[in-house]
Amino acid sequence: MNIKKVHEFIGFGILRMCLFFVLLALSVILWDIISKGHSVISWEFLTSMPRKGMTEGGIWPAIVGTFFVTIITAIFSIPLGMGCAIYLNEYAKGGKITRLIRMSIRNLSGVPSIVYGLFGVVLFVQMLALDTSILSAGLTLGLMTLPWTITASEEALKSVPQSYRDGALAVGATKWQSIRTNVLPYSIPGMLTGTILGLARAAGETAPILFTGAAFFLPFLPKSLSDQFMALPYHLYIMSTQHHAIEQVRPLAYGTALVLIMLIFLMNSFAIFARYKLRKIKLE
Amino acid sequence: MTDKLVHGFFFVNGMISVVVLLGIFALLVYTSFPAFQEVNIWEFLTGKTWNPTSYYKAVYGIVPMLVSTFMVTIGALVIAIPLGIGTAAYLSDVASPRKREIIKPIVEILAGIPSVVVGFLGIVVVGPVIAKVFGLPNGLNALNGSVLLAVMALPTIISISEDALNNVPKSYDHASLALGASKWQTVVKVKLPAAMSGIIAACMLGMGRAIGETMTVLMATGCAPAMPDSIMGSVRTLTSSIAIELGEVAYNTTHYYALFALGLVLFILTFVINLISDLVLHKYEKVNR
Repeated sequence: MNIKKVHEFIGFGILRMCLFFVLLALSVILWDIISKGHSVISWEFLTSMPRKGMTEGGIWPAIVGTFFVTIITAIFSIPLGMGCAIYLNEYAKGGKITRLIRMSIRNLSGVPSIVYGLFGVVLFVQMLALDTSILSAGLTLGLMTLPWTITASEEALKSVPQSYRDGALAVGATKWQSIRTNVLPYSIPGMLTGTILGLARAAGETAPILFTGAAFFLPFLPKSLSDQFMALPYHLYIMSTQHHAIEQVRPLAYGTALVLIMLIFLMNSFAIFARYKLRKIKLE
Repeated sequence: MTDKLVHGFFFVNGMISVVVLLGIFALLVYTSFPAFQEVNIWEFLTGKTWNPTSYYKAVYGIVPMLVSTFMVTIGALVIAIPLGIGTAAYLSDVASPRKREIIKPIVEILAGIPSVVVGFLGIVVVGPVIAKVFGLPNGLNALNGSVLLAVMALPTIISISEDALNNVPKSYDHASLALGASKWQTVVKVKLPAAMSGIIAACMLGMGRAIGETMTVLMATGCAPAMPDSIMGSVRTLTSSIAIELGEVAYNTTHYYALFALGLVLFILTFVINLISDLVLHKYEKVNR
């Protein structure tokens, strides 16, 4: 074995170690939460209200709250994101304005989530007088997911072959007709699945909803969009730091954490599965 | 005619990202402005005490938070940069295509784990370990925050560095190998330098993420509002200060405005970092095309 081979062996060994540590971090996270959370989860835990100052009972209102907020986020963010992607991919010609738009999108995705929270407090809670509510929180999260929705939608539009557009234009269709009949029908499924990934991230966010509508504890389910709500990530935060009997409610916190990562995992797998199916259909 | 209208409609829609970005900046400036009518801006930026609820004179100085933020962030980068680049190099140059197909989605799972769950792990796993190893009463300190933020920054650093390494033209590899260099020499002496600007951008994006992360540091760093003394001490970053105090403060008071000023500082910090990494990546793309 010559010296070069020895170096290579050691060097690649170090790279393997790096990967090992990354995978170790992930395994510790998943193992700890799954091993200590699974025994807590039962039908009753998922479907009952918290009881006795949240030391017993379930997380039903938090699941409902997260569900409604995510719906608002989707309704707000998906059409806007799609429209922006349609402009960028179909109309924009690549001048200064397009560069400005693209730069803004990249910068928006780097704005800290707590800053979106501050923005939501001023714009939605105070200026638009929506108060702390599902609507305020959903709109705040909607703004935060916008850059992800745009990027995902643009990917879907890019996958439609140029010949589809040219074909429509060649037989005399206007630009909008060609987009509407020959581009959108083929890209909307891809857009929707791509945006689910962004929604999954929004569902797990805490900082933007801290001050825009999430509540510590509510003894009832939200009745309208202008009510406050409980949310899974915020509930986990409270159960692990703010509760008066933290050690006692630790199992409930583990259960909440497991439900949260399972929810996000399910949304992600659904999106990946759907994308795989769509790709297959296109190839046939 | 309709076509022009539709075009105009999508143009307006397309501008939304610009509007939102400017809107965030404008509202932060507008809402933090009243704070500086009562607080001297110089004292705000250089003051070493932050005590807005003091009985006799509220003091607003953000230096302890800036120090805390950078301490936790630099700690995170010290851990995440070598691990991230190493993993990226493994994925792009060592792993077989099949292994890569399996490992990449697994690393992406890490990116999907919510920050509040990572923070929870900081309390129940990382904290006790740190307390035991260093003999501390509790493990909620800057080191804990750094470990967690490293985990959160890793997916960003890995995926962008790997892209950068994959974008190095294959002819570089071939030339180096043909001259008799080993694969390891090629990775270290040819590919890493060629991809350096992309890797730097990856690290800066990871840094931006770490600075702006709220829940993990809020839960895992102890959050004592004083000048941090060491990496084993409790720290309180810009983000966690906003998260802690905004819930307790009355709307439209000086304290409230001052919290928006913290948000503005945070926004400018991350904006500058993202802008620089953006420019670096952009330059890099041009060179390779």
